Amino acid sequence: MRQAALIARLAALTTLLALLFVPELFRGILEPLTENGAPAIYNQGSLLQLTLAHLALVAAATAIGGLAALAMGIFVTRPAGAEFLPLSRSIVNIGQTFPPVAVLALAVPAVGFGVTPTLIALVLYGLLPIFENTITGLREVPETTIEAARGMGMGGWRRLALVELPLALPVILAGLRLSVVVNLGTATIGSTVAAKGLGEVIIAGLQTSNTAFILQGGVIVALLAVLIYDGLGAIERIAARRAGRSAG
Amino acid sequence: MIDVEGVTRRFGAVTAVDDVSLTVERGTIAVLVGTSGSGKSTLLRMINRLIEPSTGTIRVDGRDTATLPGEALRRGIGYAIQGHGLFPHWTVARNIATVPMLQGWDKPRIDRRVEDLLVLFDLDPAIFAAKFPHQLSGGQQQRVGVARALAAEPAVLLMDEPFGALDPIIRAKAQEDLIAIQRRLGITIVLVTHDMEEAIQLGDRIAVMDGGRLQQYATPAEILAHPAPGFVERLVGGSDRPFRLLSLARVEDAAETGTAQGDAIAPTASLRDALAALLWRGTDSLPVAGTAPRHITLKAILGQAGRR
Repeated sequence: MRQAALIARLAALTTLLALLFVPELFRGILEPLTENGAPAIYNQGSLLQLTLAHLALVAAATAIGGLAALAMGIFVTRPAGAEFLPLSRSIVNIGQTFPPVAVLALAVPAVGFGVTPTLIALVLYGLLPIFENTITGLREVPETTIEAARGMGMGGWRRLALVELPLALPVILAGLRLSVVVNLGTATIGSTVAAKGLGEVIIAGLQTSNTAFILQGGVIVALLAVLIYDGLGAIERIAARRAGRSAG
Repeated sequence: MIDVEGVTRRFGAVTAVDDVSLTVERGTIAVLVGTSGSGKSTLLRMINRLIEPSTGTIRVDGRDTATLPGEALRRGIGYAIQGHGLFPHWTVARNIATVPMLQGWDKPRIDRRVEDLLVLFDLDPAIFAAKFPHQLSGGQQQRVGVARALAAEPAVLLMDEPFGALDPIIRAKAQEDLIAIQRRLGITIVLVTHDMEEAIQLGDRIAVMDGGRLQQYATPAEILAHPAPGFVERLVGGSDRPFRLLSLARVEDAAETGTAQGDAIAPTASLRDALAALLWRGTDSLPVAGTAPRHITLKAILGQAGRR
């Protein structure tokens, strides 16, 4: 079982690297998907650079959204912020239900084309899982543990930093993982407003009816999502072990 | 020494603790006993101000606790709770080091203290220091919880149902260990329990709480022999009261000069154990271990078991 998972991971990684560095290998598979002698391999820029730009965009959006969601989640679980929970929850929910495409359409007139409107859309879209998991993670810290921390003379900040956040970390990371994977896919729409990313490959394919391009862009994004999801899952398991939640 | 004077705590319309005054002498164990909702835990938690009193004053070693910042006060008072409350993401050593760390002790001093405490609680430092709480048995977790509470050498230790999660055999051992450690360190302990048996076993004095009020505050013998009318009487008045009384006295207190057949009983054993041995062997007299020829008789035990 474990061996099969390892082989699957290696296969995904190999395929991804081959698509980025030696795309010629796939000419045989992709050629039948093109018409009228159109190019089978993406030729309008470096796939590697687009991938790096795509990852940077998602990383930036996750960092900004993650910090904001974490700060909000911490705030509304403190006694002083409890009354803001319904309000924060509404804001975050709107961020999730408002389609990122619509966010782009609204943001472009305000901030112009490029990375900025895409970042706004991704940040809003990725808030919900991190916010909700921060709240859940902090609430799941056992009452006796917090009581003990208070009884030992830990103040609010110490309690949060030394006890609550480390114990909530696995759950928060699970939210982060979900947010990252959702945004890896969503980031492709940024190319409609001129943000560099793998969306360019897909859009180029759509514009020229070149299925080979669409497939390349789509498969690279999908493989990135699978591998990153898997990698973050491993980090999460380490955090859970550190938090002493699972035996072993 | 802990001085509780006219302390009341209200939660909205409910009075959880109602005008309680009592004094715990230095180096003794006071047990707060009562049913759930009697206010015993609230009273305990007002001593280290996890809960603030609505009115009244509490002095620890003469100092009004309200004059200290809550966190500083709590670092100076040991605190152990049911289910131990250990931090699951920290090793045993780091758990024990919590309060010294908060007080800014240097590392060599903390390490020395942690090792001393592990030895004191019969936990081999080489094996246990690096373990995580979930790798320990319930009894070991409980001992680490008490060790952690004692880490910064507090003069006062508060315990909220510390043995509630232990099975009976381990609990009896933990109770014995606690008394031994308390006698050795000379600390003052206030312990909350709902178990009258445990209160009699551990307490130098017992405070019986009901409905937020202190019903009686006296030695175990006094409470058994002369319970306050009402709640306390109902609490201790069961059929096992004579046996509880006997469990408080030792064989050497009732032994007389004389001889008897059979295996000797230790002079430090309780009269309850002596009675059990007599009944089991079907005799009315047992020899008492020691150099002088002494024995303990059924008649002498009967003289101790009833109301005097």
